[in-house]
Amino acid sequence: MKVLVPVKRVIDYNVKVRVKSDGSGVETSNVKMSMNPFDEIAVEEAVRLRESGVAEEVIIVSLGVQQCQETIRTALAMGGDRGILVQSDGELQPLAVAKLLKELVEREGPELVILGKQAIDDDANQTGQMLAALLGWPQGTFASRLELAEGEARVTREVDGGLETVALRLPAVVTTDLRLNEPRYAKLPNIMKAKKKQLDVVSPEDLGVDVEPRLKTLKVSEPPKRSGGVRVGSVEELVEKLRNEAKVI
Amino acid sequence: MAVLVIAEHEESVLAPSTLATVTAARAIDDAVDVLVAGDGCEAVVRQACAVEGVRRVRVADGGHLAHGLAENVATVVVGLAGDYAHVLAPASTFGKNLMPRVAALLDVQQISDVTAVESADTFVRPIYAGNALATVQSGDAVKVVTVRPTAFEKAAESGGAGEVEQVDAGSDSGLSRFVDQQLTSSDRPELTAAPIVVSGGRGLGSGENFRLLEELADVLGAAIGASRAAVDAGYVPNDYQVGQTGKVVAPDLYIAVGISGAIQHLAGMEGSKVIVAINKDEDAPIFEIADYGLVGDLFEVVPELTRKLGS
Repeated sequence: MKVLVPVKRVIDYNVKVRVKSDGSGVETSNVKMSMNPFDEIAVEEAVRLRESGVAEEVIIVSLGVQQCQETIRTALAMGGDRGILVQSDGELQPLAVAKLLKELVEREGPELVILGKQAIDDDANQTGQMLAALLGWPQGTFASRLELAEGEARVTREVDGGLETVALRLPAVVTTDLRLNEPRYAKLPNIMKAKKKQLDVVSPEDLGVDVEPRLKTLKVSEPPKRSGGVRVGSVEELVEKLRNEAKVI
Repeated sequence: MAVLVIAEHEESVLAPSTLATVTAARAIDDAVDVLVAGDGCEAVVRQACAVEGVRRVRVADGGHLAHGLAENVATVVVGLAGDYAHVLAPASTFGKNLMPRVAALLDVQQISDVTAVESADTFVRPIYAGNALATVQSGDAVKVVTVRPTAFEKAAESGGAGEVEQVDAGSDSGLSRFVDQQLTSSDRPELTAAPIVVSGGRGLGSGENFRLLEELADVLGAAIGASRAAVDAGYVPNDYQVGQTGKVVAPDLYIAVGISGAIQHLAGMEGSKVIVAINKDEDAPIFEIADYGLVGDLFEVVPELTRKLGS
């Protein structure tokens, strides 16, 4: 089977994000960009499926500006087979991304789409579920374990109460949680090889999808800052403060 | 136009997150209906009817709606959405799984994890692990919204007199089925609803050492949480995780033990009323946001704290 893995280019996990002074968004110029960490886990899972002979081909897709090609190359260096960039300079909201992915799924015919449960920039946690809905496929979200057998995907999900396992009839969409696997680092020879792998570029117009944003961002602001409090010198002092000053116990 | 709240429930109990979502709904419109979808949920229906401000409880009952399977529940919600300008659910794993499916079927861009209602079409939501707040306005005909439960007071569990109405439960999609679950059983209060949370990080060093936190939690009647590092290391199960991609908590008192305070963890607990940090590293970032910081060896400090609070 083919596996399709969408990956998103986001501000790096370790960067301290700053809100722009005009309230129009966050500072993205001269900021390190990386692959969304949950998507790295998705790439890793797909590559393992190919290495174990379950999958024949792993197709990496990214959607956004031209520089997303770098994100695709990173995924190809991890073991993806070829890439597709849906190039668009405007804002792409999750519904539009899901619609673009649906078109690509119909062209490429994968039996499984694996993607991160959420991107660490907009924290929306929507795209996988939306794609499953548009395709009429089942969804296994927040996966910490994935097994494929007899036309089914068994997905163990991280839910608020613990773990839950569902069986999905293939084709299906799976979104990754943190404990699914530990993504590999791409080795230098593989990074070199990835530069030669096929990477096609298409536009939303090519795919016939209207990507006009539905949500308007009116402003982006700093959250109220907590000011650090006091250091206490002993347990005794801590208990005294909690009882008599904070009055929380 | 009215607001529909999708109830989160476990077997026979309405989840507290539903009560917070009702409060968010009432900030939009006075007419609030609740959908209870599940298998044999008479007790939940009774509880939902009693919630203050609930006008009507719509009930979809069927075996295929057990365990909140998104493929089947989404169809029911979409069938009812035409009666509403807003459809809301808690931003728990239940709501996060279900609502984008509903939104896509309605051709709507969902608004995730809102922390404030500015008007019927404008909402505030955290982005970048809570390092920024976005105010967004929706132009969609139906607003599909998930609500951060800790950002809204819980609606009163009594005083309401909602009418019950059975609705079409649809049929099994055949796409997915529930296999089994391993839920963490605990006599402690639920993590996201507890007034006091004791949380442990990598500094605990092992799962066994969480015993120290359990003893402290017993004295305080607290829930136990953890940082991602502690969960990844296998000290405690995944459902303990507090943070950007885990649970968001906002108790009256949050005691962070052996947690350095990565921004991803702070995103899940910064809304707590009082934060205490216990860490041997005096430069740990957690101290920058803690109301009371105690630099010291947790293996000495925590047992002493337990003793002092217990006496």
